[in-house]
Order: sequence, then structure tokens, then C-alpha cells
Amino acid sequence: MSKTITIDGLAVPFQEGQTIMDAALAAGVYIPHLCHNPEFKPHGSCKLCTVNVNGRNVASCTMPAVEGQLVLSDIAELNAERLALTQMLFVEGNHLCPACEKSGNCQLQAVAYYLGMMSPHYNHFYPQREADASHPDVMLDRNRCIYCELCVRASREVDGKNVFGLSGRGIKTILVVNSASGLLGDTDLAVTDKAVQVCPTGAILIKRQGYAVPIGQRVFDRLTIKDVQTGGSHE
Amino acid sequence: MSEQSDRAGRFPPPSPLPQVGEGDSVSPTGDTMKKIRIATCSLAGCFGCHMSFLDIDERLFGLIELVEFDRTPLTDIKHCGPCDIGLVEGGVCNAENVHVLKEFRKNCKVLVAIGACAINGGVPAMRNNIDLWDCFQEVYCYEGGLECGQIPNDPELPLPFDKVHPVYEVVKVDYFLPGCPPSGDAIWKFLTDLLNGREPKLDYEQLHFD
Amino acid sequence: MQQCEPADLSRILTPILDRHGRDASRLLQMLREVQDACHYIPSEAIDRIAAHLGVPRVDVEGVAGFYSFLSTRPVGEYRILFSGNITDQMLGKDELMEYLCNKLWVEPGKVSEDGLVSVDSTSCTGLCDQGPAALVNGWPLTNLDRNRLDLIGELIRARKPVAEWPPMLFETVDNLRRTDALLGEPLVPGNGIRAMLSRGAKETLAEMDTSNLRGRGGAGFKTASKWSFCHAAIVEEEGGVICDVGGNPERYIVCNADEGEPGTFKDRVLLNSYANLVFEGMTVGAHVVGASKGFLYLRGEYRYLLEQLEKVLQKRREAGLLGDNILGQTDFSFDIEIHLGAGAYICGEESALIESLEGKRGRPRNRPPFPVTHGYKGRPTVVDNVETFACAAKIAERGGAWFAAMGTAQSTGTKLLSISGDCTSPGIYEYPFGVTVRQILADCGAKDPYAVQVSGPSGTLISWKEFDRKIAFEDLPTAGAFMVFQRKRDLFQTARNFVHFFAHESCGFCTPCRVGTELQKKIMDKIASGHGTASDLEEMRSLGHILKTMSHCGLGSSAANPVLDSLEKFPDVYERKLKALAFEPAFDLDGALETARKITGRDDEWAHL
Repeated sequence: MSKTITIDGLAVPFQEGQTIMDAALAAGVYIPHLCHNPEFKPHGSCKLCTVNVNGRNVASCTMPAVEGQLVLSDIAELNAERLALTQMLFVEGNHLCPACEKSGNCQLQAVAYYLGMMSPHYNHFYPQREADASHPDVMLDRNRCIYCELCVRASREVDGKNVFGLSGRGIKTILVVNSASGLLGDTDLAVTDKAVQVCPTGAILIKRQGYAVPIGQRVFDRLTIKDVQTGGSHE
Repeated sequence: MSEQSDRAGRFPPPSPLPQVGEGDSVSPTGDTMKKIRIATCSLAGCFGCHMSFLDIDERLFGLIELVEFDRTPLTDIKHCGPCDIGLVEGGVCNAENVHVLKEFRKNCKVLVAIGACAINGGVPAMRNNIDLWDCFQEVYCYEGGLECGQIPNDPELPLPFDKVHPVYEVVKVDYFLPGCPPSGDAIWKFLTDLLNGREPKLDYEQLHFD
Repeated sequence: MQQCEPADLSRILTPILDRHGRDASRLLQMLREVQDACHYIPSEAIDRIAAHLGVPRVDVEGVAGFYSFLSTRPVGEYRILFSGNITDQMLGKDELMEYLCNKLWVEPGKVSEDGLVSVDSTSCTGLCDQGPAALVNGWPLTNLDRNRLDLIGELIRARKPVAEWPPMLFETVDNLRRTDALLGEPLVPGNGIRAMLSRGAKETLAEMDTSNLRGRGGAGFKTASKWSFCHAAIVEEEGGVICDVGGNPERYIVCNADEGEPGTFKDRVLLNSYANLVFEGMTVGAHVVGASKGFLYLRGEYRYLLEQLEKVLQKRREAGLLGDNILGQTDFSFDIEIHLGAGAYICGEESALIESLEGKRGRPRNRPPFPVTHGYKGRPTVVDNVETFACAAKIAERGGAWFAAMGTAQSTGTKLLSISGDCTSPGIYEYPFGVTVRQILADCGAKDPYAVQVSGPSGTLISWKEFDRKIAFEDLPTAGAFMVFQRKRDLFQTARNFVHFFAHESCGFCTPCRVGTELQKKIMDKIASGHGTASDLEEMRSLGHILKTMSHCGLGSSAANPVLDSLEKFPDVYERKLKALAFEPAFDLDGALETARKITGRDDEWAHL
């Protein structure tokens, strides 16, 4: 006997132990998200996946699905707030799409397109962030980091390493790596690591691969992030 | 799918423009038409958005029946006078940019920030994390091939800001047209929406930040 | 002199590593001790601690970078941190800090060239009734004025060890102004436990239920319910049930002594002078829920209370009130360990507190599950406030009906208030719930009161129109802070102080709070500099809404309260600072040309905007 929750009026089945996000993705219902990746334990930091459950706002990626929940997701107020959060992420870092190799394949950018972002709205922070090209095969550009900790999770849960972590607090949060020098080149990161592939933005890039796919054929050039992330493959 | 809004609506809406057509076209609907006056400029921009504007190709012939240009690279007008639409390319990097921008804001009923540089600082803003001293010394003192390097200080030279800023951090902006540059089709869609009294909206494939 | 030499580091580190063993949950305690000894945490110490504990280096670095009192760069042999609460500012903190910096030839926030001293601000140190206050290497300095700062300057220049400084500099008093049922009738140590043992654990829980005691840390959750959930929790792990209903030792009692809400200092007084009452309450709770281990999470700013608290614990052990076989009961063993915080307001949030107890960054957890079922190391854990445990001890002794007879129906018992600001008698006042603000203002000698910040920045700002409101969960809830402002005070600056506080204390986990609190700060600074407009106020309202509805925890969701309250009740304090234009640039245009003016040596008309 299947249990169900209701998302925007649609009955969505779920299994015990699934979150609202799990159930939604399985049913092809798109709830915008950035720090969530179904291959890893949910995180709950970006807050884009916030939905209204029985009158209260919760992060759908961490909230367990419970029989009878009335979930509102695709409503004007929540979409406006998701747009605001996306704009906050853009002004917090240094996200310059024209100069970034991830452009066209970037989830942050794709979510912004989906939500119809025409400008970052808030005043830019232009923070001082370090880039790190010390590793022979992997580039770390902290200007683009959104603290989703997917690299942290992937390194621990899949690669069996602990290459990445967060330090600092608040707006001074910073991505750090597991070496005394602080350099990526002095860690045991390998280019084949899952942690290298999982970054939703251009913060972690494989060197010498950029621009191989022409404009017009990149992941999000024709398809929206909704199409891609509910179509089975979760880029 | 959500609306393309980014709460520019919390400012009072720009003054209405005289409508010049319907649908995707711009064509005269009356005998005598007051032409829409458009001004454009490039602040700290590469003029790529202006080049892209010209990518509307032969649609330009229809446009100039209804539109006249105030200050733009196509005319010889040095200062922007009263206009209906101002298209501003490029971010704000020095004092002169501010003078031009303020003139545009004062004279244009509707101000549009076009392109990545105008909207987030763009490529010029990549200098924002480099000390301005270091920039000047690199260019005027250390650069190879210089003889007696010296930082110029002529009063006619506009002084640069510590950081390059987007247009909306200096004046109120009514609309944004992202792209690097936005395509000719995106610019055409935007203009026809605006000139036909509609809220400008881009198709998915026309909206990009690169 | 500044950097720690390797030989010195070994000498310092070895005893620390030995003392704490290889328990990774002790990481924060170890880092605190390294900081105290070296005046920073050397990179090599991070390597060695990571190796010793068997945790990734990146985790140790993450903890070292999270807490305000830990630093990976030297902070000087003498680290002076001025308390930055609004009450300290009202007493002249800014001028005094500048005075001391000038005296010591050091810039605020920086270390002096010889590595001797650094001077900076820190969040409220909980000494609001005897400010302006500061900490020197963690030890509290009260009632600062120029004379005292002159003396302190001399002591620092003479390199006198802090332990040898004149005790009068560190004098702290309780300022007990009004006592009632909790503070006024001392409990003989052990009487609460004896009453509970003769009555029974289940029956004592019933008394707690009858008492209707609600948490005194601000949230007001019914204590009996929390203890009941913890007692009933069944926890399964791979391999079977590790925690069954009641009796099983794998439960924890945690006392939240993080008291970080600016303006709150009632727990400071309870711990200073009523520690037995608090520990008694924890012991009662332990027996009721079935816990054998308890923690007191003591905020780093109260480090000076540590030794005397350990002495109280030791005396209780000697009296058979703590440890194995309490009062002869072979099935009742409970002991308490004190863990220190290191300067992080967010660790007052119960799940972040537990993370900190586990030696990690103070990041609030995703909930559900809640600590009562999955808390410390995944075990059922009760986290309650210091005052809550104090009340529990009295209820165990006197019964629930006695407690419920005081206060109001929904807010039983009494509440400790810590009163500071514009009043003649700041200090601790105990009232039954239901007391009016007007009554309190009369009692504390408030001078021409204009506004009151109830329960700190995350609480409520009330105007003189609301002075007939009552302190109660159903009207004005409070964890205890009560800051009085008279008419001359600039309430905009008060709101701005609070906004800076939240931005500084945000843990940084979730987007709305990490970025939103910083955006609030930038806008308040823009208004303060004279460049604010009406659209900036609209932006604040909009940001406030996002913070309230999208944040991960209570810090974010209350971070906009100071602004929203003051905008609603005192709009004129903003309006008189606004420029008469609809739009002002985001930055100071002329100021942004200063660097270029210096480089080119120009100051002509066109070099300015």
C-alpha cells in the first residue's frame, strides 16, 4: 500500500525513510535545489528547496515525507524567495559567467535562468577569495564556491578521503583543504575522485578541459535545469 | 515556471512610452508619429553590446522609421538630452562614467542596463580584488618596454574607483538585459516588448549571462 | 617571541594531549588550552592534534577557524576584548577602546608591532550591570574607566602576568536586587534529591508536569515533556537497540550555560552563587530520564567561574550527591563534566551546542530528529537552561503545585530578569511571571524610560506605549534580558549594534542568514553614513521577511527582529537619517576615488565627485 503526500495538488507516492525531495524527484516533480545531490546525504544549506508543509517552511531535502503532508512548492512567494537566495549567492562570491569554463554546465547559473534572474539585485560584496592552481590536474577557484559541501561529502562518503572542509564562520566561511600548506596540490586528491566531478559551479574544475563543448551544445543551453534534474541524470 | 521579475517593481514604474506597434513588429499605426528617442552609451564596456545591437541587421531599417537616436556612437551628439529610452552598456569604473551615467538617468525616462558589465561589473570588475596601486604600477612603471615609467596625473584623465561597480549600484535602473553580449534577437525581443507597451520578457534560450 | 617555537610547542602540547586522551569530542577543549598557552594555534599544533585524535587535519582547522576566541594567528601576549553590547556602548565603550589603543600604540583589531598586545571588540560578555566590561586573556575586567585603563596599560607594558594584576580590576558582583521563591529560599544541597528518591522518579516527573515549568532559556518548551520524550526514546543502531525506554545509561543531561544573548547575565549569577541548586536540578533530571552522564556547557566568557564550579562538583561528590551510588542508591550514578565554549553565540542553540560538545563547529543540525531522541553522539539528550534546572531542583523539593501556584496559568513560577541600561539599579530581579514592565521599570529606577529591549536582540523592542504589557510566555516572552533606554538614546544605533551582532555570530551554514545578515549590516551602515533612502527601508523589510521564513535556525529567523520592530515602533529614528532622494548609490562615490587621488597626487575639482 503506497503512502502519499501532496505537492502542489499532485499526489506523490513515497516510501518510508524518504524525504520530500526524494519523493518529488522520483515522481518527476522539480523543486529547485543546489546543495542537494541524490547520491549523497542531504545537506540543507542552500535553502532553495524550501517548501511550505502544512503551513510551515521547511527544507524539502532534509524533511522526512510523512503521510498526509500538504506541500506547496511552485507558488509565487516561494519562487520569489528562491530568486532572492540565488541573487544572494551571486553577490556573495565573484561569479563572472563570461570568464568561467563552467558556464553553460553550471547549476547555479541554470537555476538562475530557470527562476528568471535578470540581475543580482543586491549590492556586490566583491570578496577577496583565493584561487589555487597548485594541483597538476584540478583547479580550485574559491570565487565560485557556494558552500554546498558537495565536495566535502563526496570526498568522505565516496572517495574515502577527507580532502575538503569548511573553516571560518558566517560570511567569512572558507573552503579549506587537507594539507598543512593549505594547497590542493599537497593533498591526496586525484583527478578521478568523485569530489572533483560533483561541484555544481565552477569552483572545482578539471584542467585542460574547458570549452571543449561548443556554445549551443552545453547541458543547459537548450534544456532547463528542471528538465535535466527530473530527467534521470542529475547534472 | 516563475516570472521574470526581480523586484524592480518595488520602485515606481518608469514613465509610460508612446506605443508604436503590436506583436513582434514595430510599424507606424498612425499618420503622424512622434518618434521614440533612444540614447546609448558604453561606460566601462567593450562596445560588444553595441555591436550586438547592430546584429538586428535589416530590422534596423524598420526601427529607424520610429526611433531617433540621441547620443550614441552612431551620431555626433556629445551629451544626452531628454530621451525616452537609455541603453547603458558597461559598468562604472571611473569618475567620468558617473557623470555620463547621471546625465543619462536624469534625461532618460527608462534606463536599461545592457550586458554583463552593466549588470555585475563584468570583465573589468575582475580587477576588484587587485590593489589599485598595484594596477597602476604594473601598467605605468613595471610594464616591459617603458622608459621612465610615471603614473600620469593630468586633470583631464578620469580617476578610477577602487572597484568597478554595476550601473544599478550608482543610479536606479529600470530594466536589465543580461548577456555577454545579449544576442541581436534578445535585444530585438526586448525592444519590441518595450516599444509595444509590454513588460519585456526573454525566451529561455535568449536569457544567458555569458 | 610571537611564533611558537617547535621545542616550546612540544613542551606545551604533550601534557594537553595526554590529559585529554584520544577522545575527539575534546577537540575544542584542547584547542582552547593551546590558544591560552601559545596565544594562537600554530599550524603544527593542528597537525599534531589531528594525528593524535585520528581526525582529518581539515576538521581540526575547521574548528579552530569557527570560534571567536581561537585564532590561527598570534593575538599578542595580552589580548584585550571589549564587550560590544549596546549597554557597554552607552557607557562609553567606543571612547575607552580608542583611549586604550592610543595608549598602547596599537590599532583596533590588530596586534602591536612587538607582539605584546591586541585590542578588539567581542560580543556581549554578560557583565552588563557592571560595564563597560572587557576580557583580558579571558579574565573579566569590569567598570572600566580611564583610570583603570591607565593602570592596565602600565601593567601590560611592565609585562605583569595577569594573575598578579590587582584583584579589584576583576571584581564581579551579583547585584541581587530582588529575590523571590527561587533565589530567596536557599535549598540545602541534597534535599531535592532526597525528596525525589523518597517520592520516586516517575512521581517526580509527574510533579514536574504539574508544575508546568517551561524552559527558561527563551524557547519556553515544557520541561516535563522534554524529559518525558527523552526517557521514552528508543534508539536503534546497526546491531539492534542501543537505547531502550528508561533506565538505560546511554542518555545525557546537558545544562546550557552558553548565555550569549546580549543583555542576559542571570545564569552568570546562578552559576556564581547558586551552583548547587543548578547541579541538584541536573541530578534530578538525570534520575528521571535515566542518564548517568551530564555536561555543563559553559560559555567561554565565563571561564573565570570554572575553578569554583569544579570545587562545588567535588564537594557534591564527597557528600555523595554526585558520582557513583548517589545517596546510597546503587542504581543511581550520575556525574557532570564541564565543557567550555570559545566565543560563539550560536552554540546557545541546543543542536549547535551538542555539535560543540562533540568537538565540532557549532552548526545547528537538521531537525527532525530532535535532541531528545538523537542528541549527543546520537543518544537521547535533554538540553535545558541553567535556570530551568534550578527551578527543577526546587520543584523536586517542594512539589509541582507549589510552583504552579506562582505566576500565571500559562507561565508558572518565577523568572529571573537581568536588568541593565538606563536605570539606577542594574542587576538581577526575580519576579513571578505576569509582572508588568511598568512595575519593573519603577523597581529598577529607570530614568525617563522610552523603550525596552526585552529578551535581547532576538526578542522584542517595546515602546513606552506598551509598558503595561506583562512578562509571560503569552505576552512578552523572555530568557531574561531587559535593557532600558531613555529618551535621549538613538534607537537606530541600538538596532545597528544588534544587526552587527547577528552578522558576526551567524554560523554561515545557510544562505539566507550568512548573506542576509551581512546585507542587513551593509544597509544599516549605509543609513548610518547618511546615505540611506526610503528604498533602503523597503529592502530591509524584504530581507527581514526572507530571514524570518527561510533560515535554518532561530538565529537567522530572529536576526531581523531589531530592525522590523524599530521600523514599526520608532520609524522616525530612521526617517531623520534618510536623504530626501529616492535613490542613493551603494557606495561613497567620492571616497572610492581616494586611492586614485593618492596615487596621482591630484586634488583638483575633477578628482572629486
